[in-house]
Amino acid sequence: MERLIEELGFSEQTVATAVNQEFVRSKDRGETLLVEDDTVEIVTPRQGG
Amino acid sequence: MGKSDDLVVYDARLSSRFLLGTARYPSPAILAEAIRTAGAEIVTVSLRREAGGSRAGESFWRLIRELGVRVLPNTAGCRTAKEAVATAQMARELFGTSWIKLEVIGEEDTLQPDVFGLVEAARILSDDGFCVFPYTTEDLVVAERLLDAGCRVLMPWAAPIGSGRGINNLFGLRALRAHFPDTPLIVDAGLGAPSQAAAVMELGFDAALLNTAVARAGDPVAMARAFSLAIEAGRAAYLSGLMEPRDMAAPSTPVLGRAFGDGFEA
Repeated sequence: MERLIEELGFSEQTVATAVNQEFVRSKDRGETLLVEDDTVEIVTPRQGG
Repeated sequence: MGKSDDLVVYDARLSSRFLLGTARYPSPAILAEAIRTAGAEIVTVSLRREAGGSRAGESFWRLIRELGVRVLPNTAGCRTAKEAVATAQMARELFGTSWIKLEVIGEEDTLQPDVFGLVEAARILSDDGFCVFPYTTEDLVVAERLLDAGCRVLMPWAAPIGSGRGINNLFGLRALRAHFPDTPLIVDAGLGAPSQAAAVMELGFDAALLNTAVARAGDPVAMARAFSLAIEAGRAAYLSGLMEPRDMAAPSTPVLGRAFGDGFEA
């Protein structure tokens, strides 16, 4: 997970993550292994109502 | 109004009863000025996917932090309890707050809450230490279930999100206020005009949350002021004790002693 974030250019940004609709804490990303067909969410702050 | 009328919600004591959304403004500068003019102490925020390296989210977050307001992240767009729970957990880490405006949407045309998913998610999140602000309907039974689930505030809609229709169900909102006199009730969604915001405050609701009516106004900053004044006026009117409407006229000027009235007999 950590590597994916780096490859996608998010390493310098504040992001939060989830895999298959399960939250993955920032400190757990290094140990979170991704497999084929996993659905990954990487989100950043945004305007909201 | 002095500090005696502060609104206490979870761990916060608020002097402003105007909560403002941060979406759909013409520019970040206008958003910032609208928040300042509104006097809002709480603003809603969200989280979304973004292309790596875009930094749009980062600059928005910096702007909000510089304003020194408290943020209330939402779970907008979530359609299941599971999505909402994961979104809330991501928001807590991203924004550094356990406050969450919980939205679980059940119907596309009205963006009506899925109240079953809402109660389910509210229970999970409350048990996990979140301070849940549930976006709900005026349904009394659902409100009771949300309080049972751990919510200490309720956010009933006035009308569908972004509709600007004002109070859709006056009886329902009145009943909700009467049924839960000690629970902070923040009307969220559907307010399109300052008069509508004043109306919900006159009913005794504790605060109003809105976004579109300000953000999409011709002059959002001026509209933020208009809503701020209306919310304050509505609150003051509620506290002052509004007169009961009556069917027949009642003269305000004393009748006794009027000229040409029933005079004295010579």
